[in-house]
Amino acid sequence: MTEEIIIAGFGGQGVLSMGKILAYSGIMHDQEVSWMPSYGPEMRGGTANVTVILSDERISSPILTIVDTAIILNQQSMDKFEKSVRPGGILLYDPNGITHHPTRTDINIYQIEGAQVAAEMGNTKIFNMVILGAYMKLKPIVQLEYVIKGLKKSLPERYHKLIPLNEDAINMGMKHIKPFHLVS
Amino acid sequence: MADITLNDIIKPENLVYEKTRLMTDKELSYCPGCGHGTAHRITMEVIEELGMEEITIGVAPVGCSVLAYEFMNIDMTQAAHGRAPAVATGIKRVWPEKIVFTYQGDGDLAAIGTAETIHACNRGEKIVIIFINNGIYGMTGGQMAPTTLPGMKSSTSPFGRDVETMGNPLKITELVAQLPGTYFVTRQAVHTPAAVRKAKKAIRKAFENQRDKKPGVSFVEIVSNCNSGWKMTPNDSNTWMVENMFPYYPMGDIKVDGVMVK
Amino acid sequence: MGELKLMKGNEAMAEAAIRAGADAYFGYPITPQSEVIEYLMSEKPYERTGMVVLQAESEVAAINMVYGAAGAGKKVMTSSSSPGVSLKQEGLSYIAGAELPCVYANVVRGGPGLGTIQPSQADYFQSVKGGGHGDYKQIVLAPASVQEMADFVKIGFELAFKYRIAVLILSDGVIGQMMEKVELFDQIPRLTDAEIKEKYPWATTGKAKGTERRIITSLDLDSLKMEKHNHHLQAKYKTISENEVRFELFDCEDAEYVYVAYGSSARIAQKSVQLARKKGIKVGLLRLISLFPFPTKQIQVLCDQGVKGFLAVEMSAGQMVEDVQLAVNGRAKVAHYGRFGGIVHSPEEVENALEKIMIGG
Repeated sequence: MTEEIIIAGFGGQGVLSMGKILAYSGIMHDQEVSWMPSYGPEMRGGTANVTVILSDERISSPILTIVDTAIILNQQSMDKFEKSVRPGGILLYDPNGITHHPTRTDINIYQIEGAQVAAEMGNTKIFNMVILGAYMKLKPIVQLEYVIKGLKKSLPERYHKLIPLNEDAINMGMKHIKPFHLVS
Repeated sequence: MADITLNDIIKPENLVYEKTRLMTDKELSYCPGCGHGTAHRITMEVIEELGMEEITIGVAPVGCSVLAYEFMNIDMTQAAHGRAPAVATGIKRVWPEKIVFTYQGDGDLAAIGTAETIHACNRGEKIVIIFINNGIYGMTGGQMAPTTLPGMKSSTSPFGRDVETMGNPLKITELVAQLPGTYFVTRQAVHTPAAVRKAKKAIRKAFENQRDKKPGVSFVEIVSNCNSGWKMTPNDSNTWMVENMFPYYPMGDIKVDGVMVK
Repeated sequence: MGELKLMKGNEAMAEAAIRAGADAYFGYPITPQSEVIEYLMSEKPYERTGMVVLQAESEVAAINMVYGAAGAGKKVMTSSSSPGVSLKQEGLSYIAGAELPCVYANVVRGGPGLGTIQPSQADYFQSVKGGGHGDYKQIVLAPASVQEMADFVKIGFELAFKYRIAVLILSDGVIGQMMEKVELFDQIPRLTDAEIKEKYPWATTGKAKGTERRIITSLDLDSLKMEKHNHHLQAKYKTISENEVRFELFDCEDAEYVYVAYGSSARIAQKSVQLARKKGIKVGLLRLISLFPFPTKQIQVLCDQGVKGFLAVEMSAGQMVEDVQLAVNGRAKVAHYGRFGGIVHSPEEVENALEKIMIGG
């Protein structure tokens, strides 16, 4: 079982840390993991992406052009990575700020109003956890228990008091995800 | 009559001078009349007199004194051109209880190794730097050095150093004295017995500073002659040095115990 | 089992330096490996083990600090990226001449010149053919995972002191910047001063009375002596070639074609093997772990086995491919594929290249 994910958006949206939490939860789950941040020329252009691989086996290439799941958080990333999802794979995106919605019909597409949900919860910093929650709803391979363990491992002790808030955000993400286009 | 051997003459009560055992018996590679030999000797005498031979590591440069390790009878490392202060930093940082010094010429210390010199001084490395300034590249055959005087002839300034196109002589000693990381900065010479005594006293102070863990570099410049490179007899070169080098590179302490004296 | 952590390659290497019992790290910041010195500075190894960490004023100074400390018998390390490693070549040549042990890393970025900060493997020639002036070699290990970034520091120090040689960990921006699970080896204590004096009698630690002084130098003005010294160095490199070859084989048992790759390209090529095998192409992967010494004999074994072609996959215009050609010596087809200048090839591109250049071409 291998899950290959790309998460892409603006710098500051918590793209890299979301990837890190996924990787940590993989380790807690005794999986092999890799986390590869954007390496292309777009690195300094205000956009950020990270490729995360979770697997029961030794991971080969940490760099991929085709992934199982793309989590897309801005238009530039949509333009770039919609085509990267393998047929039958998943594209999860936040429609906030998206003008050209995905058009592929051979993949399953879901929306999560992450920015809106986070704003309603009164803390825009938990945006990435709302997104993560939505993803977890789609991929039960990543279990809440391991994510919480991963958070504990990755966060400094002084932030552990924020873990319940993060858990709430994950639950809100799971609740608010909605299908946009499904392969019949 | 039994043969009289040398040992019959050399008796402790007759002994007025003895070569330090921290100089090897290897013939010096320096030209007759050059100040390097004296500078080597007084440095080694100081190390012997302070009882430091077992804990001292010297760093030899590139230049006339590249073979200093052949003459100095202690553990020595030969550094790449100009890098002696970095090499000494590496040694001193991992062996802080050892005594570490560099012995460098002007091309090495003040041209290709300027960055290493300035930064070792600026970090306040607890090392001794002995800097022989003879205003020329001796080993490579008398080319212009950063310290070559205005108008002074060398093989790369055959019509004299033209400061318009070749820049000014670098007073690096005054420069490093400005840095908070230097603790003792002095300029000496070894052309007369009196000067040698003063220079040795300065070198002794430099090594004592390191032994006593004083904060920062002890930097001893020795203005010296290069009779071969200057194309003069040894005596003439010393006279020329006093008349021309000393006015530009004045003798004496510049910074003592971390305080500027002039 | 050691401690499990999620770490960047650069961080794992820095942590491994502390755990390997290094006495000092001297470095200078350069992208994409600045995490090494940043990690070391924030970890305060001087409190954990007494290890010294110093930011030098330049790459040149850093490698010369390594030279000084290594000559004094200490376990020292530095790291940099391509333009910085070019600056270090002077010191590395002196280290080879004076036969000093040290470990250093090059987290390679695209060149030439200032190039780019993106990953590359275009420093292969510099790494395995000498780099600086003179006839010399260094052991070159190419990690392909964060785990190996850590492990090769430990192995590197062992080899460095075994042979009194510089060991280069040749990484790139992919391996340096990516995070993976890493199992950290337990702390190895730093050698005591007395142990250093006993184990490394050649080191400049101060001349005890009545003993010969120690001299660290690469100079000998007597050419006959220098020739003899060079023969000694060459004999050492030969011993290393015979004893320290490291590599890994994937799916080579029935392979008609073999990818030859190292570092991140080997990871990518491993995926390409899977893609090609799905199409029924019998391809395997020879992953080079040591680049010097080069696994010439293993390539010949693969030729004996009937491999028809070798595709050298590297993020360069074709450097390692020359050593593959020398090893194959005309017995099979040899070709090169790689993106370069900071572009990383994808598994699909590498698989396509196999079909087009190797099988179709």
